[in-house]
Amino acid sequence: MADAYIVGVDMIKFGRFPEKSVPQIGSEAALLALDDCGLSIQDIEALYCGNLGQASGMVGQRILQEIGQTGIPVVNVSNACATGATAFREAWASVKADLYDVVLAVGVEQMGRGLLGGGSGKGISKEGLLGSGTMPAVFAEAGLEHTRNHGTTFEQFAKVSVKNHHHSTMNPKAMYQIETPLETVMNAEMISYPNTKLMCSVNVDGSAAAVICSEKKAKELGLMSRAVKVRASVLTSDPWQERDLVMPDVNSCTRMAAKAAYEMGGVGPEDIDLVELHDCFATAEILHYENLGLCGDGEAGRLIDDGEVELGGSVPVNVSGGLLSKGHPLGATGIANIYEVSTHLRNEAGKRQVEGAKIGLTHVIGLGSACGIHILEAAA
Amino acid sequence: MSDKPLPVVEYLKLPEDGDPYLEGHRCRKCGAIFIGARSNCSKCGARGEMEAIRLSNRGKLYAYSIVHRSFPGIDVPYVSAIVDLEGGGTVKSNLIDTEPDPDKLHFDMPVEVVFGDALGRKDGDGNSYISFFFKPISA
Repeated sequence: MADAYIVGVDMIKFGRFPEKSVPQIGSEAALLALDDCGLSIQDIEALYCGNLGQASGMVGQRILQEIGQTGIPVVNVSNACATGATAFREAWASVKADLYDVVLAVGVEQMGRGLLGGGSGKGISKEGLLGSGTMPAVFAEAGLEHTRNHGTTFEQFAKVSVKNHHHSTMNPKAMYQIETPLETVMNAEMISYPNTKLMCSVNVDGSAAAVICSEKKAKELGLMSRAVKVRASVLTSDPWQERDLVMPDVNSCTRMAAKAAYEMGGVGPEDIDLVELHDCFATAEILHYENLGLCGDGEAGRLIDDGEVELGGSVPVNVSGGLLSKGHPLGATGIANIYEVSTHLRNEAGKRQVEGAKIGLTHVIGLGSACGIHILEAAA
Repeated sequence: MSDKPLPVVEYLKLPEDGDPYLEGHRCRKCGAIFIGARSNCSKCGARGEMEAIRLSNRGKLYAYSIVHRSFPGIDVPYVSAIVDLEGGGTVKSNLIDTEPDPDKLHFDMPVEVVFGDALGRKDGDGNSYISFFFKPISA
């Protein structure tokens, strides 16, 4: 099968836009991605749209009602926090399968504020009775499992947030551009130990979009100079694990996906120049260093202590600012990560540019669970 | 409205003539233990091989979080705990009778499962509920 390429990709600056509709927010990124490669909606043969909050609301079609109703097939995708990556992957697969030459993937979300999770169900509320189902608590428990196994400290988890907030000061599209020193992070309001408020991702509205093209068409259109090759695209669900009925397992599905992605891409973790991974909470980022093979098991604490995952380190992680500071509009996140890595591979990331980046990896996790990993490579 | 308190979850059993207990379901083929009734095994895929078992009232703290911010009306801080029960099965609930302080909580500390009123919570019909909690077992 011929390769598929990202030829246009962009995101809006994440923020809070209560006055706008979900399709309006999504259409902004769609138009930016089209402009990025000089194409119009008339060139697009299919649309894959990711959104969670209005999963039954035909968001993809309503985006076309904003920017051009051309009658193309639209697939609406919902897959928890892997929604954007799933929409992108479906778009990629349609080009790989030779169904279409030029397709568009859009991820969009409009978020409320406050805690996510907790659930409902029959009878009485179980929150604060059968433990906590809030996301900060669930990921705190996953982090303390790492502490249990490897002695990882509160301070090491907090350093993730210091790093990602620092990175976001160089990203004008991030929600925040604020330095947060270690003591600020550790002394922020405790939400669910060991996650303080600054160690929780920011609920924001946002959208991101990518135009994916067959190799033949990209060459025909003269779009190869800024094109980004999709070397691997993998989606997994959670394999059976003995505790997963009470403790969602974000590790196994990531490990499976990473292994498959490295095989598909014909590369190893040592070949990866930068990573955008799912730091929904600071505790989660630590787990994924090991899950993605960036270091051996038990070495994640050392990786953050030694600065290897900072900009300028051996494998910079979340130079965008990550979900912690760029923000986490659930359905958009998976494509926003692809935008970030693509921007570095195009050498267009400005102050936060990872020098000489040739290959990058994106990772998202949706609890429930779904893991999406993409390995991208500069085409030129 | 029921004249007796109801179990907070389906897997908490309140027998007429005995003590409350937590029920698991074990696959006869592969031995995997699940919380909650089911027809098929999601570990090995066996169909119709699940048997109900009584889970132990003793276990060890596997992981936890100390919850300081929850939804309105919920008392904080509290310890959300994941406990591996003796003989298999992992359940989650509040760890009570302990200080919500990381220095006081130790991985693998022994705990027992205790049963009691669900913190006074009632449903829309006025039913009260029995829940379960973890309590440290002093050495």
